[in-house]
Amino acid sequence: MEFWKWVLVLIALTLFGEIRIGAEQPRQTERISGSAGDVLEDDPVGRLKVFVYELPSKYNKKILQKDPRCLTHMFAAEIFMHRFLLSSPVRTLNPEEADWFYTPVYTTCDLTPNGLPLPFKSPRMMRSAIQLISSNWPYWNRTEGADHFFVVPHDFGACFHYQEEKAIERGILPLLQRATLVQTFGQRNHVCLNEGSITIPPYAPPQKMQAHLIPPDTPRSIFVYFRGLFYDVGNDPEGGYYARGARAAVWENFKDNPLFDISTEHPTTYYEDMQRAVFCLCPLGWAPWSPRLVEAVIFGCIPVIIADDIVLPFADAIPWEEIGLFVDEKDVPNLDTILTSIPPEVILRKQRLLANPSVKQAMLFPQPAQPGDAFHQILNGLARKLPHDPSIYLKPGQTVLNWTAGPVGDLKPW
Amino acid sequence: MKQLALLQQQNANRRSNSFRGVLDGAGEGPIKSPAALFWLILHGLCCLISLVLGFRFSRLVFFLLFSPTSITNSSSTSTATIINLAGTLANESPAVLSPANRTVAATTGSRVVVGRHGILIRPWPHPNPEEVMRAHRILERVQKEQRLQYGVKNPRNLIVVTPTYVRTFQALHLTGVMHSLMNAPYEVTWIVVEAGGVTNETAALIQKSGIRTIHIGFDQPMPATWADRWRVEDLMRILALRLVRDRKLDGIVMFADDSNMHSLELFDEVQKVNWVGAVSVGILVHSGDPEEPLPQGENPDNEGSSLPIQGPACNSSEKLVGWHTFDAMPYADRSAVFIGDMGTVLPRKMEWAGFVLNSRLLWTDGVDKPDYIKDLDSLGNEGVESPLSLLKDPSVVEPLGSCGRKVLLWWLRVEARADSKFPPGWVINTPLEITVPAKHTPWPDVPPELPSNMQVTAAEHEQPLVEQHIVAKRPPKTRSKKRSSRSKKKRDARETEMQFSSRHQGEK
Repeated sequence: MEFWKWVLVLIALTLFGEIRIGAEQPRQTERISGSAGDVLEDDPVGRLKVFVYELPSKYNKKILQKDPRCLTHMFAAEIFMHRFLLSSPVRTLNPEEADWFYTPVYTTCDLTPNGLPLPFKSPRMMRSAIQLISSNWPYWNRTEGADHFFVVPHDFGACFHYQEEKAIERGILPLLQRATLVQTFGQRNHVCLNEGSITIPPYAPPQKMQAHLIPPDTPRSIFVYFRGLFYDVGNDPEGGYYARGARAAVWENFKDNPLFDISTEHPTTYYEDMQRAVFCLCPLGWAPWSPRLVEAVIFGCIPVIIADDIVLPFADAIPWEEIGLFVDEKDVPNLDTILTSIPPEVILRKQRLLANPSVKQAMLFPQPAQPGDAFHQILNGLARKLPHDPSIYLKPGQTVLNWTAGPVGDLKPW
Repeated sequence: MKQLALLQQQNANRRSNSFRGVLDGAGEGPIKSPAALFWLILHGLCCLISLVLGFRFSRLVFFLLFSPTSITNSSSTSTATIINLAGTLANESPAVLSPANRTVAATTGSRVVVGRHGILIRPWPHPNPEEVMRAHRILERVQKEQRLQYGVKNPRNLIVVTPTYVRTFQALHLTGVMHSLMNAPYEVTWIVVEAGGVTNETAALIQKSGIRTIHIGFDQPMPATWADRWRVEDLMRILALRLVRDRKLDGIVMFADDSNMHSLELFDEVQKVNWVGAVSVGILVHSGDPEEPLPQGENPDNEGSSLPIQGPACNSSEKLVGWHTFDAMPYADRSAVFIGDMGTVLPRKMEWAGFVLNSRLLWTDGVDKPDYIKDLDSLGNEGVESPLSLLKDPSVVEPLGSCGRKVLLWWLRVEARADSKFPPGWVINTPLEITVPAKHTPWPDVPPELPSNMQVTAAEHEQPLVEQHIVAKRPPKTRSKKRSSRSKKKRDARETEMQFSSRHQGEK
């Protein structure tokens, strides 16, 4: 009798143990793959070769020396990309075997006392750099720049103006029409975004963000979080221009809603608060992109992107529709209905995708570079465009670009 | 078109001028032709007129003059429906004006248009309670998932033992404990032991909790002195432990006295206990005498902190070496003897509340139970001072809360006088017989005396008489911007409704 009792107990324990083990273990992260496949963790070494032109230091080092603030503002990607390429294994010193050519010119480093970049000299600087490389090396004229890439992280990319109407008027600098542009600006069907450009995230200082991490078991108790301007009184006193009225609409509709923690303050706990929020608003400002997207991804807060037709960084490698939420600007008054009617399983899935470390790594520009970071994603993007189409190689003497196109002021030497 | 271009330039200049200094001259050359000069003068004139008027009337003019010809069929991302509350000037129905000054972004049919857009505001821009509830459910689900992933794996049930008895402050203390337990994200079994037997009052209080409750009675009534009360409470706790043993309840046994305050982190921390654990208890010593000066806390046990703590003491290698206890010397002459008297209530050497036990320690035939606990039945009737006496060897206690550095609960004993009267459960169900209005009214010029001893039972037709009396005396004063918040008296609401202002201007 005793023996059978023990047998029964044994069987019961094993069954119980199996049920316990087979139960649903909470999945922590999920693999991510975008339209180009599961490419976030690809290693670009061996897939492409980049030749870095040696420009005189007045194009890069001297500008940086004049204003070291360029290393910390959100356009610092151009400087860090140069430094990364100089010591990267994809760099080659033999231009004959290079697939891509990089020109290190810091066009966004002319800052006002407030720290905002002035783009007025940038077209001339770029022209001057291109004239230099086309006269000293034969590779520009070979393809008129089709196998060259430039980093232009300014507001509207290579249109070189901070104001959208002016930028559209200028269009992309004519000399860069055939080159691949690596820029932060991205909007579909916009003059300043060429087909085949690579969109990158704005620079956000990685150490500063890592220093503000809080324990992950802190419960997320804020529903929607946003800190920033709603009205730009200095530049748009009437309202309606800034952010196409979308930020003002957010304020007017939700300023007394307890679920929306929105204000114009600059709290010291900004990063910690983002980690306690479920949704973080990333509305457009004067330009559609913003560092808030990077911060939201790093801190695991689902980004709610309010910018019509925006193209997000590395859109072919990261499936943004599955990670974040896109809200049309005309739907902003119904934002609370939209957000509260999302099923919880969808929200949990988005959080799982955000917890994937490869997504977070892809948004950062760490010093020194780490595998899977934004530098590598840029190189992966360039590698995916290889091999070059043979039609880009021009016959000797053939020219496609018009060197005298553009506003008269651009043609002055720099 | 020239006007439009001029307006755009106006905008451009405004941004660059105010934002980045007057640097825009690099792009534009000087304007020299007479036509351009004429337009410049006209532009200046328009600016002066706008300055005088206070808003930009030029848009209005252009709309009126040019609207039949300049309707662009660009997408109406903004003009569809809306009210613009941009806040300051130019409130001349700008929603209708926008077609006159749009620029289409690109010719390739982009639906995003550059230029001025209206600010979309829905007709009732206030929160919807259903949506708020849904959002809270989403937050709950997210937090549950966070706990699953990062919190305690395999959380154990909590078995909470609370001795109580019916007295004035019972509702206050017991509700506090009850709400703490309701908020703890674990399964709770609450054993409420009541001195003097089970009463309906206590049962009514605890039935609203929604957690599993075991309400048992203890035969003796609660005595009147503190010393006896500690003794009876010990016996009640032993009774509860016997219940745990007999019913083979599984979980972590905690002692939550009904006047203590518990932090929710305590419930997370006790999950780490193996067999017996100890947490630090903050002692809030309080005297019943309001005149007594606050004691200058000098407790040599704690470095620098003036708050007495009871709990485990560790050495630098995080091992238990001793105990912090409360130093009762400064209060020896003032200590309270009877429950509810004016002296200072002192805690005992070690409070039960600072200890937690694994319930399997109490089972008689637990699997791999350590043998350092005495059998409950062997204690007899003399009671136990603290769980340490239950153990044969007090050094096996595990210190919790980063070795006692975190104070996770607070001990406080506040009781009313034994003869104080109180409504059961602190609920006044029947309306009061007599109401005496306050003598002080918010209007300083109304004479303060009001008819006293009004019978509220005849309230309805009393009110108009009183109202007329008051209205006649109040001088007509308009209060345009004040919002009355007194909802008690009906006559206030009626007066101030008329003086209610419209919604004040939103801030930027």
